[in-house]
Amino acid sequence: CYKKEERHVRANDRDYNERFSYADNHIKTAKYNVFTFLPINLFEQFQRFANAYFLVLLILQLIPEISSLSWFTTIVPLVLVLAITAVKDATDDYFRHKSDQQVNTRLQNEKWMNVRVGDIIKLENNQFVADLLLLSSSEPYGLCYIETAELDGETNLKVRQALTVTSDLGDDVAKLADFNGEVICEPPNNKLDKFTGTLFWKDNKYPLDNEKMLLRGCVLRNTEWCFGLVIFAGLQTKLMQNCGRTKFKRTSIDKLMNTLVLWIFGFLICMGIILAIGNTIWEQKVGSNFWEYLQWKELTISAVFSGFLTFWSYVIILNTVVPISLYVSVEVLRLGHSYFINWDRRMYYSRKATPAEARTTTLNEELGQVEFIFSDKTGTLTQNIMVFNKCSINGKTYGDVYDEFGHKVDITEKTPCVDFSFNPLMDRKFRFHDSSLVEAIKLEEPLVQEFFRLLALCHTIMPEERNEGELVYQAQSPDEGALVTAARNFGFVFRSRTPETITLYEMGQAVTYQLLAILDFNNVRKRMSVIVRNPKGQLKLYSKGADTILFDRLDPSNEELMFTTSEHLNEFAGEGLRTLALAYKDLDEDVFDEWMKKLLFASTALENREEKLGALYEEIEQGMMLLGATAIEDKLQEGVPETIACLTLANIKIWVLTGDKLETAMNIGYSCNMLRDDMNEVFIISGHTMVETELYSSDSVFEETIIAEYALIINGHSLAHALEADLEQILVDVACLCKTVICCRVTPLQKALVVELIKRHKRAVTLAIGDGANDVSMIKTAHIGVGISGQEGMQAVLASDYSFAQFRYLQRLLLVHGRWSYHRMCNFLCYFFYKNFAFTLVHFWYGFLCGFSAQTVYDQWFITLFNIVYTSLPVLAMGLFDQDVNEQYSLRYPNLYRPGQLNQLFNKRKFFTCTLQGVCTSFILFFIPYGAFMSAVRDDGAHISDQQAFAVTIATSLVIVVSAQIGLDTNYWTAVNHFFIWGSLAVYFAILFAMHSDGIFTIFPNQFPFIGTARNSLNQKIVWLVILLTTVVCIMPMVAVRFIKADLYPTHTDKNFRRVRRTSSRRSAYAFAHQQGYGELITSGKNMKIPTASTSTYPLSSPARGNSVVKNSVVSGTTDAAETNSTGFRRESDQNQEVTVEDLEAR
Amino acid sequence: MGKKQAGTGPLSRRPDNSAFKQQRLPAWSPSLTPQTVLPTFYILSLVCLLLGIWLLITVEYTYELKVDYTDAGTCEQCFNLRKHAIDSSTPCKCTVSFHVPKTFPGDVFFYYGLRNFHQNLRRYMDSRDDAQMVGRKNNLKAPSSYCAPFDYDANGKPIAPCGAVANSMFNDSLTVMYNPTDGSKIQVPLYRKGIAWYTDKNVKFRNPPTNNTFSLQQAFEGTTRPLYWQRPVYELDDIDSNNNGFINDDLIVWMREAAFPNFKKLYGVLNRAQGPFTEGLPAGNYTLSINYNFPVEPFRGRKELVISMVTWFGGQNYFLPIAYLVTSGLILVTAVVLTTVFVKVGKKGKNMEE
Repeated sequence: CYKKEERHVRANDRDYNERFSYADNHIKTAKYNVFTFLPINLFEQFQRFANAYFLVLLILQLIPEISSLSWFTTIVPLVLVLAITAVKDATDDYFRHKSDQQVNTRLQNEKWMNVRVGDIIKLENNQFVADLLLLSSSEPYGLCYIETAELDGETNLKVRQALTVTSDLGDDVAKLADFNGEVICEPPNNKLDKFTGTLFWKDNKYPLDNEKMLLRGCVLRNTEWCFGLVIFAGLQTKLMQNCGRTKFKRTSIDKLMNTLVLWIFGFLICMGIILAIGNTIWEQKVGSNFWEYLQWKELTISAVFSGFLTFWSYVIILNTVVPISLYVSVEVLRLGHSYFINWDRRMYYSRKATPAEARTTTLNEELGQVEFIFSDKTGTLTQNIMVFNKCSINGKTYGDVYDEFGHKVDITEKTPCVDFSFNPLMDRKFRFHDSSLVEAIKLEEPLVQEFFRLLALCHTIMPEERNEGELVYQAQSPDEGALVTAARNFGFVFRSRTPETITLYEMGQAVTYQLLAILDFNNVRKRMSVIVRNPKGQLKLYSKGADTILFDRLDPSNEELMFTTSEHLNEFAGEGLRTLALAYKDLDEDVFDEWMKKLLFASTALENREEKLGALYEEIEQGMMLLGATAIEDKLQEGVPETIACLTLANIKIWVLTGDKLETAMNIGYSCNMLRDDMNEVFIISGHTMVETELYSSDSVFEETIIAEYALIINGHSLAHALEADLEQILVDVACLCKTVICCRVTPLQKALVVELIKRHKRAVTLAIGDGANDVSMIKTAHIGVGISGQEGMQAVLASDYSFAQFRYLQRLLLVHGRWSYHRMCNFLCYFFYKNFAFTLVHFWYGFLCGFSAQTVYDQWFITLFNIVYTSLPVLAMGLFDQDVNEQYSLRYPNLYRPGQLNQLFNKRKFFTCTLQGVCTSFILFFIPYGAFMSAVRDDGAHISDQQAFAVTIATSLVIVVSAQIGLDTNYWTAVNHFFIWGSLAVYFAILFAMHSDGIFTIFPNQFPFIGTARNSLNQKIVWLVILLTTVVCIMPMVAVRFIKADLYPTHTDKNFRRVRRTSSRRSAYAFAHQQGYGELITSGKNMKIPTASTSTYPLSSPARGNSVVKNSVVSGTTDAAETNSTGFRRESDQNQEVTVEDLEAR
Repeated sequence: MGKKQAGTGPLSRRPDNSAFKQQRLPAWSPSLTPQTVLPTFYILSLVCLLLGIWLLITVEYTYELKVDYTDAGTCEQCFNLRKHAIDSSTPCKCTVSFHVPKTFPGDVFFYYGLRNFHQNLRRYMDSRDDAQMVGRKNNLKAPSSYCAPFDYDANGKPIAPCGAVANSMFNDSLTVMYNPTDGSKIQVPLYRKGIAWYTDKNVKFRNPPTNNTFSLQQAFEGTTRPLYWQRPVYELDDIDSNNNGFINDDLIVWMREAAFPNFKKLYGVLNRAQGPFTEGLPAGNYTLSINYNFPVEPFRGRKELVISMVTWFGGQNYFLPIAYLVTSGLILVTAVVLTTVFVKVGKKGKNMEE
């Protein structure tokens, strides 16, 4: 008997593992199969309040004492509604079946769904399908590189290392098959950065931690293959545990609609009660005198009983106030709007052949009400591509293009690129537009050469040359990759490296440098340096790093250059570029020897090794000579700043939630124009414990005026505290006062919590957009989830409600599609309620004249067909095609989006107005004909004030009035609208005459008693006079109201679309995605594929003393590789989390 | 998502560039501009005004006279006699005198009016069988259950016509005598036929099939008359045998149920063929003699004779002209208000926009 808190997994032993019934990888989302469809679907449909209600009505109608309407008046619409819904459900389920099948049979040697806990699987540069324990890999020491962008949004490569015992298994299938270790570990949880477990194998215990785990959603990089033992599968993987529950999303209008339907239902009951009481009184006072004519038993029994029956009769008659076709019409509209999104060519991304897709068809109108957008960073705002964009070398900038008059030219796709064909080793994808730099290189300007030499030497990249000249750089951060690639194209090709040498091809000639030391990067140093000996024997230190850090360590003679470079850096930063300063230093042989000794000593120190090394690095990185600066563009996706600016103008608040580092997040904040220098203050909250700063900053915000612009940047740890119950209100208040909110280092679940927080406190519509698996939770939590499609990972898209390929399409989705959907839906609902009230309440008024006997005003057929035939199509056409303003306007005037956020177009008040309008219309519709018909006769003297003629008159007036009203509501008359509106009127008259025709009467005399009424009443001038008057009286007030509204509150505001202008401060943190620890990997040779020269050769190489450090670490690495490495990395990750003092220059 | 286009490449999944799919259908976008709205209001007001005046003038020259004979004149005793609908065996005749102040020129129509009689009660209205009255043999002998309890008599014989509506048919017969100043008495001649809708008379109501050998009475063999009727359906009209059975004009008129509790139904049209009536109904004294059968006392109803002229839009009807005039006035007021708003606010708002 095992404790529940533990999980036992035995490798290659399915029988054993199956005893625990762990989750498997099979996915099932479909609901029905062929046989269960009808019963289950009908059952589900009747669970809906509306459908059940109509079923009850139908039963009531079968009781003859109550039945005031024939059964067909209810069953025809009900069957129609059920059928349409069933067809829709069936198609939906069909697509679910298909996608299930697709996911489950995704091939990876084995079908995805067949992967079970305890299996050992081999992976080759692929996504992991389950949480695995790394056993062995193609790389030495069981190393394995993974990219975790899907999980946490970080783009740098991470290293995982297998246990030495398991990495020895290699790819020997037989050995792996025999592997029968048992893992005892924690139960499934959602902590991405923590794992504790133990491996029992061959009577030994091996501790397991997160460094040995490959989580589902990560991608294998730079590693040919690896073997892993499945620990968690399916829903129990950490990724899925982080996904949050899938909730059925409903729009606020949906909820409102349900409330309103309940209200209407209550209203219906009230009317029923009023009329029933009326009936009781009437029966007592008047009706009892009629009994001789009516002789029904009940009447003689009791008036109260009669009232009771009348109540039910009226419930049946007035049931049309609860609009049965409402739900199905709304579904149709939403489906239509979804198709319009799918069909939109302007949301089609041709480079990836990805059209936009509305994956959920029930949320469209909510797109028009979004107030908060929560955006992921990596892959959503950014392309995750770094581009070497500009540089400043010795006080001269390169990278801008000027025309013949010396004016700066905007760089577009068409700007000619520099021709690098002189260089056979160039990277063809590299583009640079300023040819003066190449000229400088060709002129062999020494400083320019030194600049690129530095870039080619000072880094931690691993080259890979599969074929001659086909260089591939494996960079741990994309920034470095960009810099080295730039150097490569400018003729300083980094070709190969060993632990102690770096070989460059400088303008076609191989030059080998001795690598003496790597002064590695860390978050405090914000710089890295290398010390090399060039073929001439000179010692050189090359350094690159954050400008502020580097400028402090320059030789005083550099002051002037520093000033110029500083200006250039400002310029670069203003364009949202990431900058680095570069410097070099010629080292004196003696000084270096001295220093090397100290370094050797320090590196063997047991205590404070890190600090001692840091101090030593500091010592030698002094008095450097400035070379220049680089500017790298973290390529935003196209149109991101413009989109953000536009959405901001639409009063949508955009929050960036990222798992990435603070610096990176801030930089993107600046380049997206979300953070600006003219902001009053940027609060950075990166506390670790209960955050005092939180309270402090909130106070200051509240004290100052709200007009000022603030930004809030908060990290995951602070957020965890801020999300606690007592602080969350403050967090919401503060965050909402800030123009920009950026949360960095947040876990996927925290993203969801933030969204949840806003949902709870602000009652605002939230939208989450992301591309990776780490965004799934927030995508699911937000009212609307948007996935960026067309990329590797599918998790976000699968969880999303809408998906498209580019962030900028969000603007169109919200401002055009969302806005239209909202407008259409609101107008539709208003009209729908209006129409049904106008239609139904006529019976109420008639009740007062017909002794509350539940006599209908209209022909029963008219009641049956009114909602589904006579008036459904025009309003559907309006709901589908209407455009109050065209798309150009809605994009150009983002504050046209405002009414949606304020929920102005359909709310309870609006509902009251439109039902009131309906009530008034019904009043007019009833009493004008009543007045006229009291004494009316035909022009041939025959009577016309009979119930049937009265019914036809009112019905005709009603159809004309509601058609006129829909005409008034329709802003955009397409051919379809014309066809439907005029067609509906035509169909009304056609059906009217058909139903009142001789032929149909002679076949069914009792079903069509209205024979001849249409002919005999519609040929009377008085009837048309009545219809005209009714229409005028019903419609003209609305025209007047609309006109006054349009006059007093014009919707087109004159806010011009502001062009995006970037002005921002320098943000030069060292390569943002960089991590510490790679220097050690290189110098130790651990990550070298080609077996490095054996240790014995080291002492023989000329700078023997210099290499001893390297050697030392190699030795330690080989003896206890797993130990140091794992601790090394853990230390690094701890450090990342503990950074509390971020001295970032916000301004 | 429809059929995917064949082939691959960046444009393979690109949506069609049709105006429909791109929501660029050519369309007319009307907007409520002052240039359209304000004139519409003024014109509409004028139209309503003119219509109202026209109707009013027409109505002014349309005369109507109502003679309530419920308990007037000698009818008081009959009124008391007919306290109960069932108590109809004893005939009762009475007369009421009335004065026509002005000559009714042209065609004159005689209606009987009932007040407070609810022909519009649901179960009353439903209590009829149209299939029976269209002369279907099966339905004749087997009236619809809607007719209950007026479907079969106590002996189980089917009633024709069945139902509460037919049962309660108005059965007073009215005769109007003209008393010119010379002391003579001239009966006002009335057409008692052609008072129903053509479709009712010829389509909706048919007698069961008869021929020369098979009389109407035989056709109705096996049915009985409604409870409150004095004579069977095939003997409703003594004078014109073609006006008997279900196609009897009075029955048809009665069967077209009134929408409101106060109603009038056509009784006859003045026959202007001869005598003093060629120009219409002359002014003077008249006597109305009634075969008083229809009881109204139980439901506190009133019975009246309505004599009326008819114009192009029906009889005397003050409601419509007044309603049109009121509407015209309201629209004018609205138009003025709108104009004011537009001049004061709208124009300024527009300037701001530009």
